[in-house]
Amino acid sequence: MSASNKTLPLFPEQASTNAAMVDELYFFLLALAAFFTLLVAAMVVVFAVKYRRRSPDDRPPRIHGNLQLELVWTVIPLLLSLVTFYWGAKVYFELSRPPDNTMDIWIVGKQWMWKAQHLEGVREINELHVPVGRPIRLTLATEDVIHSFYVPAFRVKMDVVPGRYTTMWFEATKPGRYHLFCAEYCGTKHSGMRGEIVVMEPADYQEWLAGGPKGDLASQGEKLFTELACVTCHQAGPTQRGPALAGLAGKPVQLAGGGSAVADDNYLRESILNPTARVKAGYDPIMPVFQGLVTEEALQALITYIKALPVTPDNVVAPAAAPAAPAAESKGH
Amino acid sequence: MSADTVGAVTHAGHGGPVGTDPDGHHDNPHLAHHFDSEEQQTEATQLGMWVFLATEIMFFGGVLTAYMIYRMKAPVPFAAASHHLDLTLGGLNTILLIVSSLTMAFAVRQAALKDRRGYLLNLIMTMILGTGFLVVKYFEYSEKFTHHLVPGPKFQWANLGQAHGAEQFFSLYFMMTGLHAIHMVIGLGLLTVILIQGRRTTFPARFKGRVETMGLYWHFVDIVWIFLFPLLYLIGRHYHGG
Amino acid sequence: MSYHAVPAPGQKNYLNNGYGLMSWLLTKDHKRIALLYLLSITFFFILGGIMAILIRYELLTPAGDLLQSETYNKVFTMHGILMVFFFLIPSIPAVLGNFLIPIMVGAKDLAFPRINLLSWYIYVVGGGFTLWAIVTGGVDTGWTFYTPYSTVYSNTKVMAAALGIFISGFSSILTGLNFIVTIHRMRAPGLTWSRLPLFVWAHYATSLIMILGTPVIAITILLVGAERAFGLGIFDPKLGGDPVLFQHLFWFYSHPAVYIMILPGMGVISEIIACFSRKNIFGYNFVAASSIAIAVLGFLVWGHHMFTTSQSVYAGMAFSIITFLVGIPSAIKTFNWASTMYKGSVSFETPMLYALGFLGLFTIGGLTGLFLATLGFDIHVHDTYFIVAHFHYIMVGGAMMSYLGGLHFWWPKISGKMYPEAWARMSAILVFAGFNLTFFPQFILGYLGMPRRYHAYPPEFQVLNVLSTAGASILALGYLLPGFYLLWSLKYGPDAPKNPFGARGLEWQIDSPPITENFTVTPVVDDDTFDYSLPEKEVAVVR
Repeated sequence: MSASNKTLPLFPEQASTNAAMVDELYFFLLALAAFFTLLVAAMVVVFAVKYRRRSPDDRPPRIHGNLQLELVWTVIPLLLSLVTFYWGAKVYFELSRPPDNTMDIWIVGKQWMWKAQHLEGVREINELHVPVGRPIRLTLATEDVIHSFYVPAFRVKMDVVPGRYTTMWFEATKPGRYHLFCAEYCGTKHSGMRGEIVVMEPADYQEWLAGGPKGDLASQGEKLFTELACVTCHQAGPTQRGPALAGLAGKPVQLAGGGSAVADDNYLRESILNPTARVKAGYDPIMPVFQGLVTEEALQALITYIKALPVTPDNVVAPAAAPAAPAAESKGH
Repeated sequence: MSADTVGAVTHAGHGGPVGTDPDGHHDNPHLAHHFDSEEQQTEATQLGMWVFLATEIMFFGGVLTAYMIYRMKAPVPFAAASHHLDLTLGGLNTILLIVSSLTMAFAVRQAALKDRRGYLLNLIMTMILGTGFLVVKYFEYSEKFTHHLVPGPKFQWANLGQAHGAEQFFSLYFMMTGLHAIHMVIGLGLLTVILIQGRRTTFPARFKGRVETMGLYWHFVDIVWIFLFPLLYLIGRHYHGG
Repeated sequence: MSYHAVPAPGQKNYLNNGYGLMSWLLTKDHKRIALLYLLSITFFFILGGIMAILIRYELLTPAGDLLQSETYNKVFTMHGILMVFFFLIPSIPAVLGNFLIPIMVGAKDLAFPRINLLSWYIYVVGGGFTLWAIVTGGVDTGWTFYTPYSTVYSNTKVMAAALGIFISGFSSILTGLNFIVTIHRMRAPGLTWSRLPLFVWAHYATSLIMILGTPVIAITILLVGAERAFGLGIFDPKLGGDPVLFQHLFWFYSHPAVYIMILPGMGVISEIIACFSRKNIFGYNFVAASSIAIAVLGFLVWGHHMFTTSQSVYAGMAFSIITFLVGIPSAIKTFNWASTMYKGSVSFETPMLYALGFLGLFTIGGLTGLFLATLGFDIHVHDTYFIVAHFHYIMVGGAMMSYLGGLHFWWPKISGKMYPEAWARMSAILVFAGFNLTFFPQFILGYLGMPRRYHAYPPEFQVLNVLSTAGASILALGYLLPGFYLLWSLKYGPDAPKNPFGARGLEWQIDSPPITENFTVTPVVDDDTFDYSLPEKEVAVVR
């Protein structure tokens, strides 16, 4: 990125598949706006000159209005609005629906830095290395306030909201270094919460990854799974009290008390932090609360591990086989 | 459109009879200087109260929205927390308020009939019932304090998984009933004013209009409770899990 | 008495009817209360303007060198709070609306004069709390008070500032209430809804928003305060709350609040363009109805502030399309205003210069609003300088231009003096030029990706920021001038006749300045009263 402060830039760099779509929309909008602004300006200038007051006694005739004209300037803007709406919604749809073959990366925002965690185990701060030509899906979380992950060269932005995961995706088209900004005001050093996206050729990216630590994220999650004693209740055996987790991710879950949910990242997150909120049908709400006990990084590792669990005959246990446990009494003080 | 044309005509029609001096001042002591007729003045006061009540609806609407959204997000803890409200006291308060609305309506009627005694009696009844409501509310609140159900550092809830939801319930409970109670206190203050004025008045149209306007406010505060009572006390009563 | 005659000196009017301080502080005269508001909003405008200058000078260089980041954050927060809640929202309604609505409907005062005075005191108390928040350390949450930053993380004077806004909201509610009742119940005989001046229509629509929107921000602030004071888990996700719910509640008021700022301005423009074109407004019914349409639709679009919060795609689409719909009535108004000049007799006194400037700036502001309603586009420019530029085109280019235009237009009526035309024209041109130079570069900055509320920025954004700061300096000069020459005119300006611009409407048929009761006899209005095609003496209804 040319970082000269003497030139007058008019247009941001275009470095993702999405950027081209947004820019086309931008030019369309500019053309529309220019047309209407010039139209109004022309009306004003022409009328102002042509009908300028020539004598203080001018007494122009009364004109009440014109229904045809009113219809014209109601219907034409309405139609153009609908076209614009459709176009904008289409681009938005593309933006919010990542393709299936994405490469996943975890992001955590905190006052005032961005932390990235690759599935291969590499961590970075205020930098994010990605390969060119590959759809990347980011799952974003925050440790404190709302932040917003914004890469102008990709024309993408997503708020990072406390208490949940949000996701975004992009596919870089050009190797280079691009600005990463926090776009949602987050406190004193908000404008210092900046970083760079480093887009590399796939081979360079592999080389860069290989320079990182050994041990991928799923194996870190496996370690935590044992350390936090999740394994006691979630593995087949005499002590199993909770649902089996292999093959759970992305599947619908029947909930106790009716209703169902999809076991997406947000469901898994909630089920770890505040497990009794939405319990799988057939199980008792006995799992302890982990809110405040596990960090965002540990959550990333655990969820990655759970999603990577292989489905084998011995770790899938029917709910009926779960031994009954004493129900927790919620009403007492 | 027609109603407003009528309004414009009244404006003109009643401008004359009241009598205005050349400076545009009328000589009616019950009429503020900028109105043309008592009727216009009463209509203005009542429309003012209706507009104010529209504001009030939006005010309570905000917190009711928050309540409904959180109730949907955490139905189980909300239902469990709702069990800790005293249905008997809540029900008693509902009856007190409904009866007070009735006596208020009687007070308005007696004022229109220029029956001073009936007016004062009904007004006093209304105020006693309203005060009774606040007394009962006081006992309900103090019971929450002794059982550590007041949100904040001293809040206690046995089932940790539901503690946040339950605390949220009580936060919104205190917010909504507290705002309602403040409105009751303001209402009692307003009734005190028309009670004192009622001892001397000759019941001119302006006074009757004022009593009616106060009645509107009082009925509104009652109606708010009619919404709060089922939302806070009744929904989810059948649920006994936890 | 002729309509161009100046009232005899020493004649009684609302200004010389009592001189003591108490005759002002305890007045129930809507015209005097309007002047109390004028003084107090000018005070807050100057404060907010100083903050704006500090912001622009900090952004002259990429490094954060003029102010510390804490200070910068407080400065832009206070700029927003002061300008939105203490200047723009009360500006046209509480000053011009307060002064003119009773006169325009042929009444002696607003329906509730005491409540009117009370609303000013409430405003002053609210302003006092806000000033106290500034003096004792400031607030750094942004005027939007987003949770959980405002409730848990910020250690600045959030409570005092929030209390100030909470209190001042009631002043706005009472003003709206007074207007609605006055417009419904106090109209002069013959003044039907279809004859009502468009200024009054616009204020009616504004008042609807004031009474239905403001209480929602009140309860929201109350919830924020309760969460901050008692640690309740209403918006804090760590306690099970939802920070996005705050944004819903906040924007449910704060988006319609933009229409509180612009709708009265549209009313002013409708009056000015008609007067200086000597033509009744083209398509009166459409202009009047579009005010109401904007007020109603404006309540349904708040979600367009939250396209990037991961709200559902379908919610985003619904909010997007309703936002496009709310643009239609604005387009209708703009075309009707421009068409009003068709076959007119157009002259270019200062108010008309502001009105024509308004047409251009509002068109750009409105159209870029539709850019932002376009979902796929908004994702890129949300929370960048594009947004900053857009809303300044509406709030400053729209609301501020029309406020100044209106202030000049009715200045002879308010003060009884004429302002100096040459100076006023010069300042109008300075404001227009300075405004465009300040804010147009910010559209480009936004598309380049410069986020808003940034204290320091990458060096490639500097050139555009320098342009913007230069423009702000010109704009400041343009705003300073009226302050001087309007004050000057009070003493040295020529006395104003009843109707210096040959306008129609009841306010131009009474003395400048008016007597305390406005009218000696209730006027009876007919269809000709507002007709620009008739000679002035034929439209007279005030005796």
